[in-house]
Amino acid sequence: MNMARGRFDKVKGWLYLLPAILFLGAFLVYPLIDVFIYSFEEGYNFTSQTYFGVGIYNYSYVLHDPYFLQAVINTFILVIITVPVSTGLALLISVALHSITRFRNLLQTIYFLPYVTNTLAVGLVFMILFKKTAYSDGLINQLINLFGGNSVDFIDGPYWAKMLVLCIYTIWVVMPFKILILTGALASVNEDYYKAARVDGTSKFRIFRKITLPMISPMIFYLVITGFIGAFKAYSDVVALFGTDLNAAGMNTIVGYVYDMLYGDSGGYPSYASAAAIILFAIILTITVINLMVSRKSVHY
Amino acid sequence: MDTSVDYKKAEASARIRGRVLGAVKGVFLALWALIVLFPFYWMVLTSVKSYSQYSSESVPKLYTLSPTFQNYTSAFTEVPLARYLANTLIFAVGTTLIMLVVITLAAFAFARLEFRGKNAVFVFFLSLMMIPNELVIITNFVTITNLNLRNTFAGLILPSVTSVFYIYLLKENFEQIPDSLYYAAKVDGTSDFRYLWKVMLPISKPTMTTIVILKVIECWNSYVWPRLITDDQNYYLVSNGIQEIRENGFGRENIPAMMAAVVVISVPLIVLFLIFRKQIMAGVSRGGLKQ
Amino acid sequence: MDMHFIRKRMALSGKAWYTVSNQKGRVTVLNQLQGRNDSDADMESEENDMEIRLEHLTKKFPNRDRKSGWGARRHGKNSGVSNSVIPQDVVAVNDFTFTIPDGKLIGLLGPSGCGKSTTLNLISGLLAPTSGRIFFGDDNVTELQPEMRGIGLVFQNYALYPHLTVRQNIMFPLENRKGKDRLSKEQMLSMADEAARLVQIDKLMERRPGELSGGQQQRVAIARALVKQPRVLLLDEPLSNLDARLRLQTRDEIRRIQRETGITTVFVTHDQDEAMSISDLIVVMKEGVVQQIGKPQEVYDSPANLFVAKFLGTPPINVFEGQVRGGKLYIGEDAVLDAGCVTARNEKTAEVPVGGFARKSEGKSAENSAGGETAGVPDRDVWVGIRPEGFLLREDGPFCCELNGVEVMGRDISVLSKNKASVNPVVRSIIGTENKVDTSSPVVRFALRPEKVFLFDRSSEERL
Repeated sequence: MNMARGRFDKVKGWLYLLPAILFLGAFLVYPLIDVFIYSFEEGYNFTSQTYFGVGIYNYSYVLHDPYFLQAVINTFILVIITVPVSTGLALLISVALHSITRFRNLLQTIYFLPYVTNTLAVGLVFMILFKKTAYSDGLINQLINLFGGNSVDFIDGPYWAKMLVLCIYTIWVVMPFKILILTGALASVNEDYYKAARVDGTSKFRIFRKITLPMISPMIFYLVITGFIGAFKAYSDVVALFGTDLNAAGMNTIVGYVYDMLYGDSGGYPSYASAAAIILFAIILTITVINLMVSRKSVHY
Repeated sequence: MDTSVDYKKAEASARIRGRVLGAVKGVFLALWALIVLFPFYWMVLTSVKSYSQYSSESVPKLYTLSPTFQNYTSAFTEVPLARYLANTLIFAVGTTLIMLVVITLAAFAFARLEFRGKNAVFVFFLSLMMIPNELVIITNFVTITNLNLRNTFAGLILPSVTSVFYIYLLKENFEQIPDSLYYAAKVDGTSDFRYLWKVMLPISKPTMTTIVILKVIECWNSYVWPRLITDDQNYYLVSNGIQEIRENGFGRENIPAMMAAVVVISVPLIVLFLIFRKQIMAGVSRGGLKQ
Repeated sequence: MDMHFIRKRMALSGKAWYTVSNQKGRVTVLNQLQGRNDSDADMESEENDMEIRLEHLTKKFPNRDRKSGWGARRHGKNSGVSNSVIPQDVVAVNDFTFTIPDGKLIGLLGPSGCGKSTTLNLISGLLAPTSGRIFFGDDNVTELQPEMRGIGLVFQNYALYPHLTVRQNIMFPLENRKGKDRLSKEQMLSMADEAARLVQIDKLMERRPGELSGGQQQRVAIARALVKQPRVLLLDEPLSNLDARLRLQTRDEIRRIQRETGITTVFVTHDQDEAMSISDLIVVMKEGVVQQIGKPQEVYDSPANLFVAKFLGTPPINVFEGQVRGGKLYIGEDAVLDAGCVTARNEKTAEVPVGGFARKSEGKSAENSAGGETAGVPDRDVWVGIRPEGFLLREDGPFCCELNGVEVMGRDISVLSKNKASVNPVVRSIIGTENKVDTSSPVVRFALRPEKVFLFDRSSEERL
């Protein structure tokens, strides 16, 4: 309804928006443009704020940096393992959770707990559970010994062990969100479909394959996409397990590489950091586009 | 006669199958609950073991018969844990309050006011949601450093006081308030600001609560930005604090004291979650993005 | 002019104003208000003039439908008509001129989309007219903000603030006042109490809207509109959200409150029963154009055109294709009435509508009476409208229909029949229970009551 109002009202809307526009402009829009500029400024010096020239040297440097390549490998392994495993596991848990009535609320509450805890703090707990020290092999190694295996140092030991514990912790951290979304999706499927299928004598497994899964496929797909994006940005859970010097541990991620370039002992290179960040988002964008194309074919509605 | 027997058999076998399936399901769910809860149990358990007790257990015990609170005392005296907590509180409250003002005004403008270019700005805002934090943090780091705001609360707070997602959430909520309420208020001579303050905000209280809680959780767990922008322990938040404790705290590998600090840091959020369980879960499922 | 009015509005304050009635048996809010004015002479002249005057009120909405705009553009190019390049505006209210007399209850009636709500919003000031002027008394309020007009508005969904109690809701408008109009807390409370008592919700003051029934919410909304002592009360579909039983009760209630306060009241409805039962005057609208204004019974007895005839009355009027030939009215092959007789009867019942309002029907009846007594209508095709109660069961009646069935309704009988000339698939006639219908007979014959038969021009659909 257009009201019989004064001229002031035309400005008023903008006045109400002003704080948001200022903050978004200063800390979101300007930096977005700026990061591209940085990434092309060669030899940028942070203290004098000068640079030699313009070009793609920063990208070339980053792509030839062994630390970056290691970070890319680490990140890809992490993504490829955790996204399918956590999504599948969350689906199993959600389906089981959906089919029970007793304790459902209690379990839902428990399953959500990791979401509201400080990643750094709980990461420390995982570390002591998996860590092998001089005086103790740690609880997990005790369990392995119990089943006849040999102790492994998961925190400072071989690469596969470190990657394994990182994957486990990452899955532990991302599960709450996935379970929440999937139980919500399952609950929103109309009961009548199930009743109709039961009357027709459809087996439970067939019901799940032919009714439940297609109905919740958009949500599964949503989780896969956000899972990919989230896992590509992994950082704080890695820090929680292996400390801030990730390059030394050989466990750096792409985001970790960006921050290391920016700040800390190895920092002071915003140009390299920008180039690495842009490469990361080129990767994420590509993967997301591929995901979207796949989903066109496989998501049923 | 035959058929009735068949029915009975079928029923019995179905019942058995159902029970087995139920048991498998129960074990599976309980196992996951155990995996989720165990780290919490372990952190509490370790925090009440004394240092000597913990170091002497080469096979860690799953319980303790002589709990001690010594580690909690150490956590508050040997490392500036109280300072970290206070900083985080200031950071969370400051960020949330400023953000509430900013997003409320913006959401009101989008939901209620008519002005040229409104839709274009809104679409632009929505498109900003896709910008990943990791891309803009580099320049923000440089900006804040150049403004000499490192190791200040202003530097910590300012970059995170707007959230397009929360503006969107609140705008949606405001739009659900019937237009007629606004016109009724207009006819009664209510100013826009009074209407926002006296009618819209009280009606939107549930959404506001959700936003506040989600933002507080986000602040409490924020790690990357504080790490970049503070190197003075006096401005560390809990995440940086715990990392500092891990790397330099307590002089030696005093795991029980570390766990005490972890418990202290974790408890506020868990309590908050248990109180506002429904709002938090609903809010997160509407678009919660972890960190 | 505006400033003068604003100053007067500012002078309103919280004195008891409902309960004292004057000699005419009703309370005039403005009497009380003007009693506080400095000039008594001014007050007197105002009092007789507290009507709402709408002059050539027009509201156009820009056509939002882009597609049709484009379509029009393309069409314009092809046909070479240059002015159709501009998308057509939607005319919600077209040249509405009407004076609402002081202290009356007016029903704005019409099907949805006829512009009645737009009219109400124009009066309230929530919408600005495209052209035309609005006067409250002598004050031109066309440019005035809604809050300066001194109106009370009740919304279809009541628009109560869900988080405030009934008392807080009623007090809300009073709390908006600033400066020297600011009321003390006690004044506001007593005014809220007073308004609540008037609508009989004073026992519910601490409840929240969610805890009230629809009818109670409606009363709270009315109390909130009344508490600021409006000069005009506007009700938008006040009964549409109530169930059937409450609707009857509430409409009497609205009538009572209006009588007690004497506030000029305009309400919008699409329900003709509702409008007819409580209005002093009804305004029938269609597609933004006023069709007829008059007392409910007069509009029913003498509709200005086919639309009004069809819109008013349940069961609806039966419409037939008919011809006037040689002074006789034919439906199909049956000469049912003398044509002159139909028009003549209506001339007697037609009255000049109230409020100085001039309509075409006036001119027409004058013309008819001047034109001749019997053969007033020349031979032509007409629409014949016959009210259900206009049928008389007569074995030798001139109007023959194919009998379809009989519905017994208790109070009377409804005869369903078919006729080739009928526009409606079924001809419904209502006859007294003393009549016996021979259901075995394939046909039924009627005589017609001339005062219940209306003739309309076949093309313009205007009343003849």
